[in-house]
Amino acid sequence: MSTVTETTYEAVIGLEVHVELDTRTKMFCSCAIDFGGEPNTRTCPVCLGQPGSLPVVNREAVAAAIKLGLALGCRIAPTSEFHRKNYFYPDMPKDYQISQYDVPICLGGSLRVDTSEGEKVVGITRVHMEEDTGKSLHVGTSGRIHGADYSLVDYNRAGIPLLEIVSEPDVRSAEEAKAYLTELRAIVLALGISDAKLEEGSMRCDANISIRPAGQAEYGTRVEVKNMNSVRSLGRAIEYEIARQIDMVEAGERIVQETRHWNEDAGTTSTLRSKEEATDYRYFPDPDLVAVAPDSAWIEQIRAGLPELPAQARTRLRDELGLPADRAGTVVGNRLVGRLDEAVAAGASAPEAANWLVNEITGWAVERGMEPAEAPVTGVQLAELVALVGDGTLSTKLAREVLTDVLEGKGSPRGIVAERGLEQISDTGALEAIVDQVIAEQADAAQRVRDGNAKAIGALVGAVMKASQGKANPAMVNELLRARLLG
Amino acid sequence: MALSTDDVRHVARLARLALSDEEVEALRSQLSDILAYAEQVGEAAGGDVPPTSHAYPLANVFRADEPHESLSPEEAISTAPEAEDGRFRVPKIVGGEA
Amino acid sequence: MSELVTRTAAELRDLLAAGEVSAREVAQAHLDRIRATDGRVKAFLKVLDEQALAHAGDVDRRRAAGEPLGPLAGVPLALKDILATKGIETTCATRILETYRPPYDATVVKRLRQADVVVLGKTNMDEFAMGSSTENSAFSKTYNPWDLARVPGGSSGGSSAAVAAFDAPLGIGTDTGGSIRQPAAFCGIVGVKPTYGLVSRFGLIAFASSLDQVGPFARSVTDAALLLDAIAGHDPADSTSIPEAKPDFLAGIDKGVQGLRVGVVREFMAEGMEPGVRARVDEAVARLEKLGATVVDVSLPHASYGVAAYYLIAPSEASSNLSRYDGVRYGLRVPGETAEEMMANTRAAGFGPEVKRRIMIGTYALSAGYYDAYYAQAQRVRTLIIRDFAEAYAQCDVLVGPTTPSTAFTVGEKVDDPLAMYLNDVYTIPSNLAGAPALSLPIGLDEHHLPVGLQVMAPVLGEPAMFRVARALEADLAFDPTPRGANALETPGGAAA
Repeated sequence: MSTVTETTYEAVIGLEVHVELDTRTKMFCSCAIDFGGEPNTRTCPVCLGQPGSLPVVNREAVAAAIKLGLALGCRIAPTSEFHRKNYFYPDMPKDYQISQYDVPICLGGSLRVDTSEGEKVVGITRVHMEEDTGKSLHVGTSGRIHGADYSLVDYNRAGIPLLEIVSEPDVRSAEEAKAYLTELRAIVLALGISDAKLEEGSMRCDANISIRPAGQAEYGTRVEVKNMNSVRSLGRAIEYEIARQIDMVEAGERIVQETRHWNEDAGTTSTLRSKEEATDYRYFPDPDLVAVAPDSAWIEQIRAGLPELPAQARTRLRDELGLPADRAGTVVGNRLVGRLDEAVAAGASAPEAANWLVNEITGWAVERGMEPAEAPVTGVQLAELVALVGDGTLSTKLAREVLTDVLEGKGSPRGIVAERGLEQISDTGALEAIVDQVIAEQADAAQRVRDGNAKAIGALVGAVMKASQGKANPAMVNELLRARLLG
Repeated sequence: MALSTDDVRHVARLARLALSDEEVEALRSQLSDILAYAEQVGEAAGGDVPPTSHAYPLANVFRADEPHESLSPEEAISTAPEAEDGRFRVPKIVGGEA
Repeated sequence: MSELVTRTAAELRDLLAAGEVSAREVAQAHLDRIRATDGRVKAFLKVLDEQALAHAGDVDRRRAAGEPLGPLAGVPLALKDILATKGIETTCATRILETYRPPYDATVVKRLRQADVVVLGKTNMDEFAMGSSTENSAFSKTYNPWDLARVPGGSSGGSSAAVAAFDAPLGIGTDTGGSIRQPAAFCGIVGVKPTYGLVSRFGLIAFASSLDQVGPFARSVTDAALLLDAIAGHDPADSTSIPEAKPDFLAGIDKGVQGLRVGVVREFMAEGMEPGVRARVDEAVARLEKLGATVVDVSLPHASYGVAAYYLIAPSEASSNLSRYDGVRYGLRVPGETAEEMMANTRAAGFGPEVKRRIMIGTYALSAGYYDAYYAQAQRVRTLIIRDFAEAYAQCDVLVGPTTPSTAFTVGEKVDDPLAMYLNDVYTIPSNLAGAPALSLPIGLDEHHLPVGLQVMAPVLGEPAMFRVARALEADLAFDPTPRGANALETPGGAAA
């Protein structure tokens, strides 16, 4: 009988994220950025790579890079350069991409994420600026590049500013990767520099994945995986790829250094091209552009203008507003911090306001395909609603209805309550009358309660609520019924 | 520096130049001569001398983030060797992004 | 032949301003001259008769109406076909752009129009500005008006020959390693490479971005200064454009050389020059001394590495600049099964042999494993040359020496020996590497009656001193720029001398 040694493997993952900036104009020319326009309507000699055209750097893109660098705890390079990355492809107007190579604008930061195993710090190697390419439409049977008959190129996207964020290979699992991407996205959104939509491509994530036996210092062969269009996709792809690599290694096969494509439907990765034939990009400093040397005054001005970042918000919501950690995380993750602050400022208790935000309000938005932050209810209105429940005017159930009306634009909570006459009935006398009537009508149920069947009281409570058009104060109804039936 | 035929073919591929065998041979010999001459830069400067990429040192040349008028789509496409539906048409792209 | 064509730009400008002649007459006279000579000189790829006469007519109309006019209103000019002219073919003398019509104007073209200069046509050049004889043009050769069996120089041979042939008093060329100065020397006229960054490169079809500069041709130093003034100055569309105000080129131009220190570059005066060139240069230096300049012996110790460094840096930048010519968005397309094949076929058919050579050198020099030994090392040599100039200019105000080692060679003489052709640029290249201005002034003829050029170099933004020295020498030598010799083009108004 042979002894099989079980090796434990460790996954080593580095993430490359591209963020499309939502500046008004492109990186190197003044064409407006306008998503979804007709093809080639947002181009000029520069972004079409016409002979003789020259690039000029968009100041706002540099500001965005500095913002992101500061938010990630990076050093802002005293001087950075643009390099040309040379390769041929039809969607590249100049057949080189202007990017940054060995002197990027931001170096050396980190990102803390929370996972089920605790807090994890992922190092950030660098953040740099570059320009996006045009878009090709592949015409043929599948609409995919393989098997296409020909392609059609639109340069509207060519030249849009991109920030590339490269992490250290510190990520060890799909969960960590998802947490990293989620947090990075939250930071980008908080900074207001991009709408960072993975499904639409304004944020893109590639993963470099390798495995090694636990305890080994040397890295295994790295495989690049592309085409993950959601956080969930990223997780699935990483899990698949780790398993694939482990299987190969266990079977004695060599892992090929290559780029693989994640197939969402099949749930697999497949070879795109071998990195062993990697293109020689022949990087050299772009002679058409000059150094970027932001002075400390500019950097400090940007730093002073940084908004509250997600990590800071979570801490504040927890420590100062008394929210439980995971509730704080959800409020921040759903970009509802501002709303919460408004509600608290208008007098609501933070936990209650947070409750409404995270449950009903988020739910309403998601059902309609909106971002939670897009839900049309202000913090002041929310505070009003919370107050109406708090002072007994509304039952929670009715409050939900009122909230729906507010979201549908029917006015403020107090206004709606007044208009619909929804004030909760808490007047003992009025309630007693209804309670007595229900007891009379529901004699059997009433008897069951007297006989000791506590649960039967529910039906009676329900009947009282119905008879009062939902306005009866349920707690009081319960008390009154008990008093009447159980003495 | 003497170049081999393989060197020449590799560089031609990087530069997307389709060369005939005669051209490859002619270039092999010419490039070898020219590079042999150019190599004297190796003896001229030590590694401690910083390279100059820009003769006139400038920094922070920026543009305000203000949109200008783009070319009309007709103008943009006007130079296209082949166009379809307002886009530049090319034969099928086989390699993935290089 | 009209004697209007023998006038300088300054003289024409004044005649026009005085109303003694109309812009249409001036344009027509020059167009007639082109028609009479270009069959043999072949300076022009495209003559823009209609546009020129229309613009001239507009200048006349506006002058009559008392409307403001540009400083060179009505003066004709020959434009190297490397600058984008909206809606008008801009070929760069390459098959790959043979029918290309830019959707925009180069900044220099706009400034010429604002100066009301009348562009007569687009001139021939070496393909993509790569060459020293204009023999690399994909379309035709251009011939030197001083001897029609000889080259006019390159790459701006067309504009140089046009001005030398009296087709226009002014020309525009570009200079990356000597491509204005060398043809100016070969054709007996004035050519200027300005300080890098002084003239906008927006709309200039790029060869080597850190070296290319647009500059003037003229038959007098003052004309060259006037034209440079019209086109120089900051352009926000060019990130490498110098932000400071341009120097005043004309203010001190006639002040003479008394008290100026003129450095003679030792390494440039060593062997390698033809005796006829040497003789004229020595005489010119002696004249400068007589005129009151102090002549100083200076050294540029690393200048001899300039050609080697240049032929790594320029092709490297060019290999990247020319990648965009792939048959996708403009220019020639040769079919292929796949996009990749189409690109490779297009570039193979569209580029001439010198262009392919340089793309290959450049691609190699930038490639993995070779970058440091070639490209980066060449850029280190560049640093040393810049330092050499700084040290030299601590001892003098300008530097002088021969523009070229030889006078104009015959057509076909050097075309098969790329390296021999490259060595034409040995004196001109260092200024490009340093980004410093330099001018070529005709100073006499050699024993074959071929023009010899003296190069006057100045520090960055030192054009005023450069023009001043050149002007003083020009006035003293009174060189006659009329082509003459057994095989020369006939003079305006008469038979060949």
